[in-house]
Amino acid sequence: MFKKNTTYLRQLESESIYIFREVIADFQNPVMLYSIGKDSSVMLHLAKKSFYPGRIPFPLLHIDTGWKFKEMYIFRDYIANTSKVELIVHSNSKGKLLGLNPFQSGGSKYTDIMKTEGLKEAINKYNFDAAFGGARRDEEKSRSKERIYSFRDSFHQWDPKKQRPELWWNYNGEINKGENIRVFPLSNWTELDVWQYIFLEKIEIVPLYFAAMRPVLERDGALIVIDDTRININSNEVIKKRMVRFRTLGCWPLTSAIESEANNLEDIIKETVTVTTSERTGRAIDHDQKSSMELKKRQGYF
Amino acid sequence: MNINIKDNFHKWFDFNQKKTLLKFLTCGSVDDGKSTLIGRLLHDTKQIYDDQLSSLQTDSKRHGTQGSKIDLALIVDGLQSEREQGITIDVAYRYFSTNRRKFIIADTPGHEQYTRNMVTGASTCDLSILLVDARKGLSEQTYRHSFISTLLGIKYLIVAINKMDLVDYKEEIFIKIKKNFLAFSKKLPKNINVFFIPVSALVGENIVFKNNLMPWYNGSTLLNILETITIENSTHLKEIRFPIQYVNRPNSNFRGYSGMLVSGTIYVGQPIKILPACINSHVSRIVTFDGDLIKAEIGQAITIVLRDEIDINRGDFFVNVDSFLKPSQEAIIDVVWMTNNVLLIGQSYNVKLSGKKIRVYIKEILFKIDINTLVQEKSDSLNLNGIGRIKVTFSEPVIFDTYNDNRMTGSMIFIDLITNITVGAGMIKYSLNNENQILSNNKTDFESDFHSLISKYFPHWNIPKLAIKKVSGQHE
Repeated sequence: MFKKNTTYLRQLESESIYIFREVIADFQNPVMLYSIGKDSSVMLHLAKKSFYPGRIPFPLLHIDTGWKFKEMYIFRDYIANTSKVELIVHSNSKGKLLGLNPFQSGGSKYTDIMKTEGLKEAINKYNFDAAFGGARRDEEKSRSKERIYSFRDSFHQWDPKKQRPELWWNYNGEINKGENIRVFPLSNWTELDVWQYIFLEKIEIVPLYFAAMRPVLERDGALIVIDDTRININSNEVIKKRMVRFRTLGCWPLTSAIESEANNLEDIIKETVTVTTSERTGRAIDHDQKSSMELKKRQGYF
Repeated sequence: MNINIKDNFHKWFDFNQKKTLLKFLTCGSVDDGKSTLIGRLLHDTKQIYDDQLSSLQTDSKRHGTQGSKIDLALIVDGLQSEREQGITIDVAYRYFSTNRRKFIIADTPGHEQYTRNMVTGASTCDLSILLVDARKGLSEQTYRHSFISTLLGIKYLIVAINKMDLVDYKEEIFIKIKKNFLAFSKKLPKNINVFFIPVSALVGENIVFKNNLMPWYNGSTLLNILETITIENSTHLKEIRFPIQYVNRPNSNFRGYSGMLVSGTIYVGQPIKILPACINSHVSRIVTFDGDLIKAEIGQAITIVLRDEIDINRGDFFVNVDSFLKPSQEAIIDVVWMTNNVLLIGQSYNVKLSGKKIRVYIKEILFKIDINTLVQEKSDSLNLNGIGRIKVTFSEPVIFDTYNDNRMTGSMIFIDLITNITVGAGMIKYSLNNENQILSNNKTDFESDFHSLISKYFPHWNIPKLAIKKVSGQHE
C-alpha cells in the first residue's frame, strides 16, 4: 500500500502509528502493557509520535512479578517520570501472598500465576477494553498467526480457530462488555527492525541490553545473571563474572544472557545480523513444553 | 550489491534502509507443498536459526513426512492442531530478507473451508504464488485462488508448478499445465501479469538455487523473480485522500486532524475540501513529532492543521478542492462471505469503512459466482466462502472510492450486529448516486451555497447535513 514512503522503517513506523490512532478512536479505555524491554521502548516512542503534540492518551501497565532486574525497575520509574505518562504497577495479590517464585514453583506455574493471571486481574480491575502489547510475529511460531487486533473473550482466552478475519487495514474493534482486544502495533517488525529503529531514533533502553561484566551462574546451559540473593546455589555451582548482555528481557531467573562484547547499538546490530540462534532461545518458559507459547496464549498470556 | 556489515556499518545501514518491501501470499491446494516451499525459501536464504533447525530435526522425526530427512514444512505449521492434522489452518505471517529486498509472506491455508483466511492474507498483498502439483495439474483450488487473488486486486501471479521431481522433470508436463492455465486465465481480469516456474520445493530446485535439473527451463528462480519484480503502485488515484482518524486537541490552541495520507500529496498552503460537509479550507501546518513538514506523501502518518476552525470528525475526508468525490448512500459491492450465517436480502450489518462505522442494509444480491466456472448465477443468499455482488444502502451518506481506484478507501468489513464477528469482506464496485449533487432535490443554488456558508462559519449551530437524492440503478 504505502510504497512511496521514504524507507522501509518509516513505512513500518507509519503503519504502527495508524494502529495506535485507530485504537484510540475505537476504544473507551485502552492501556499499554509496558514490560520495560526494547519492544516496549519502541512502542512507547511510537505512541508519543502518534499523538504529538498531545500527550499519550492512555496509561502504561506494568505487571510486576517482583522478579525483574533492579536495573529494569530503575529504568521503568525513570521513563514514567520523564515521559509524563501515567504508570500503573500491578502484582498478582494471591501469588504474592503465596510467595510464588520461579525456582520452587517452576517457570511455567510461576509465569501463569504472576504474569497471565496478574494481567487478567489488572484488566478486570481497571476495565481496560484494549491493551497494546509489543509482541512481534517473527518471535515465535504461534505469534506468527496472531492478528493485529486479537480478540479475547471475557476469560481473556485466545482461540486461534475463532480469530476474526483481518482485512486490509480495517480492524474490527467491536466487543461486548467484559471482552477485550489485545493490540500488537509491532506485529510486522522483526528483531533487526527494532534494533535499527532504536539506533535511528536514539530510543533509550535498559542498560542490560549492552554487554558488561556481570555475575553469572551457568545452570543447565543457560547463563543466569544473579540480581539478588534469592537463589539457592548448589554446592557445585559458582558465580563468575562474565562479559554478557541480553537479547530479550524478562524475570531474571528465567531469562538467560548471551556472551557478547557488544556494548553499543552499532555492535548489537552487527551481532543481530550475524547471530545463529533465535531471539527467544534465552527464554526458559518457551521451552518447557512443545507449543508452550500457544498454550500460554490461549490462557491469556501476552 | 552485497555490503558486509562488519566492513562498513554506515553504508550497510543506509543500504538496508533503502530496501523495498514486497508482501506476497502463497496459495494452492492442501498437499501442493506450500509449507515446504516457504520452508525451502527460508532455509536456502539462511533465515532459520540453529536452535530452530535443531528443534525442526526433532519435530521431523515425530511429525514429519520425509522419513529420516528434515521436513521443512514443519517450520511453518506451528499450531498444535495443525501438526496433528498436518494442515495449515490460519494465515501466518513470515518475514525474511535478502540483500535486495525485504519480504512479508502471508502463508494462507489451502482448505476450501478456510477461504476467508486466504482472503485475509490477499487483502494486504501485491503478489500471489499459486502452487500446482505437477502430477495433478490445475485444481479447483487453483481457479479459486487465482480468482480471489485478482478479485482482491493482485496484479502479479506466479504459477509455481511444484513436485517436478515426481514427474521426472519432464518439460511436456510443465508446458501442458502452463497452457491450461493460460486458457483459464482468459476469464480473469486482463491487466494481470502471470509467470510460470517449474520447481521442486522438496529438492530445492528453482526456488533459491538452480542445479540445472531442468535444463530446458531458462527462466529465473522463484527468489530471483521475487527480488526483481517491479510492482506498480496499487493505488490508481492521484487525488488527495486523507480520511480523518483522530482529532488531536490537547489544548484550546491546537486542533489537528491525524490520519494516514492514502493517496496524493499534501503541502502547506494547499487548498483542500472537507467531505461530507463540502467546505473548503487551506492546510496551514503538517505536524509530526519530528517537526513540521512542508509536504507529505502517500503513506505518511501526519497531523494536519487547517487555516479555519471547522467542525470535523473521524471518518470525514480531506480531498482536493476540484475533486468530484461525493458522499453516497448506495453502492454495488463485491462481497466474500465469511461466516455460516448466510447473507440474505433485507439483513442489516455494521460496516467499517475508512474508520467510519455505520449500518448497512442489503437491498439486492445481483449474482453469486460459481468459483469453478466463474459463471455468474442468480441467488438470494451467500453462504460461507460465497462470493457475489450485492447492492446496499448505507444508513447515512458515506465517502468512498471504488476498490479498483483505491484499496484503502474502497474496501470495508461487514460486522455481525449480535456476535460482533467480521462476517464479510466488501470491495466497492461503484457508487450508485455519483452523478447527484450532495445538495438535495429542490434547493436552489443560492440555498445550497448559503447552507455551506452557514456550515462553514457557524459550525456550532450544528445545522443538519443536506439529504441526498437517491437514484438507483444508474450504473447497472
